[in-house]
Amino acid sequence: MEGAMRSDDKVCTETGIESSSRGPGCSLRHFACEQNLLSRPDGSAAFLQGDTSVLAGVYGPAEVKVSKEIFNKATLEVILRPKIGLPGVAEKSRERLIRNTCQAVVLGALHPRTSITVVLQVVSDAGSLLACCLNAACMALVDAGVPMRALFCGVTCALDSDGTLVLDPTAKQEKEARAVLTFALDSVDRKLLMSTTKGLYSDAELQQCLAAAQTASQHVFRFYRESLQRRYSKS
Amino acid sequence: MAAGFKTVEPLEYYRRFLKENCRPDGRELGEFRTTTVNIGSISTADGSALVKLGNTTVICGVKAEFAVPPTDAPDKGYVVPNVDLPPLCSSRFRSGPPGEEAQVASQFIADVIENSQIIQKEDLCISSGKLAWVLYCDLICLDYDGNILDACTFALLAALKNVQLPEVRINEETALAEVNLKKKSYLNIRTHPVATSFAVFDDTLLIVDPTGEEEHLATGTLTVVMDEEGRLSCLHKPGGSGLTGAKLQDCMSRAVTRHKEVKKLMDEVIKSMTPK
Repeated sequence: MEGAMRSDDKVCTETGIESSSRGPGCSLRHFACEQNLLSRPDGSAAFLQGDTSVLAGVYGPAEVKVSKEIFNKATLEVILRPKIGLPGVAEKSRERLIRNTCQAVVLGALHPRTSITVVLQVVSDAGSLLACCLNAACMALVDAGVPMRALFCGVTCALDSDGTLVLDPTAKQEKEARAVLTFALDSVDRKLLMSTTKGLYSDAELQQCLAAAQTASQHVFRFYRESLQRRYSKS
Repeated sequence: MAAGFKTVEPLEYYRRFLKENCRPDGRELGEFRTTTVNIGSISTADGSALVKLGNTTVICGVKAEFAVPPTDAPDKGYVVPNVDLPPLCSSRFRSGPPGEEAQVASQFIADVIENSQIIQKEDLCISSGKLAWVLYCDLICLDYDGNILDACTFALLAALKNVQLPEVRINEETALAEVNLKKKSYLNIRTHPVATSFAVFDDTLLIVDPTGEEEHLATGTLTVVMDEEGRLSCLHKPGGSGLTGAKLQDCMSRAVTRHKEVKKLMDEVIKSMTPK
């Protein structure tokens, strides 16, 4: 029975926006999510955006080392492992971004003196990696049942040399773009939780990208809701 | 009595000040600390600068060495930044391998150099495919009192403006480089990126140039790097409370004014240095 329950829990939902011919505008790549696929972590999720795929596992709330414990909150840790090679300074920087984003939404005060660890493994990188990591982390935290104030999602925008906006760029589009902006938005009122950018752009272009990201995030949040509904409606 | 209250309830203590639109050190919410810069103090380095932002002190030294250009970009040189936060600057840092804060700051500076294109890497090339300059920029924090990113960016910019590279010729017969130390030229600095950092309090209030204590109490931070044409090269917001688009606009306008202040200060210092 245990085995049958586990295979039912593995919900492979294949929704998302179909976008075979991506013109300039608000079109995200095809995305998919699979939850509870690993047996050891308390929660796990695999998030696929086009060809980019990230696997996330969450352990927590669990025991924390005395040196790292915080008396009134949970200690959040994020480990990001690249596909090849050892983690370097760039990974440390991304870990800090993801950790601070999770800290803003996770209700750490409900689990003081514990640790919540999010481990992310890059399976394949075909553009918009940080956004995919954020989405995978969010789904894994939901799967683990960690209490959160809101959900969050990551959206990447690329601006090419003549100012056209492309959402969810592929690796090739990112390389040719003049600027690549990644945002993390929360689900309650689409506020900007995290932002990291590469390249030069103007203030007006920033506002334009932010508005486009906010509209695109609606699709992602709707996808979260549908996949969770599908999963829990079976039981 | 105030000191006791501050120890027991630091956030409440702070809120009392914020309600009156000021801060414990007497600054207004949009006011920066006194910025001082000292250029060319390290004689053994090719370029150096010391920046003090209130109590936060960062020194930057730039050394130029020869290197073989990368195979995928044979006409480009390198700029290698490194931010060091030694135990000297604050009790929160231990000796040993660089901690997370130092690594994040190093990555931030590397991104600023890359995105804002301070130097055209092609200017660092001496002979395509064979020889190029590599600039090692070492930023060391001597005193940590918050807002390390602004101080590092300013120190880096000032030090790069101070760098003088000797003229190098490749001798065709021996294929060796001949360095003429008597003839030195300044680097061609194309843009002047200036970083402005903000701290978010209680999800709503934005204050500029947070001190160490303020950073600790804040619910989020935001750093904007802008150049003289109003173009942004970095919007670094590592998590923390959410911001609306309108609040971001206020930050942008403050960043523009800060850029003017910093540019003026730097021009004054450079001008005072030139009659040597």
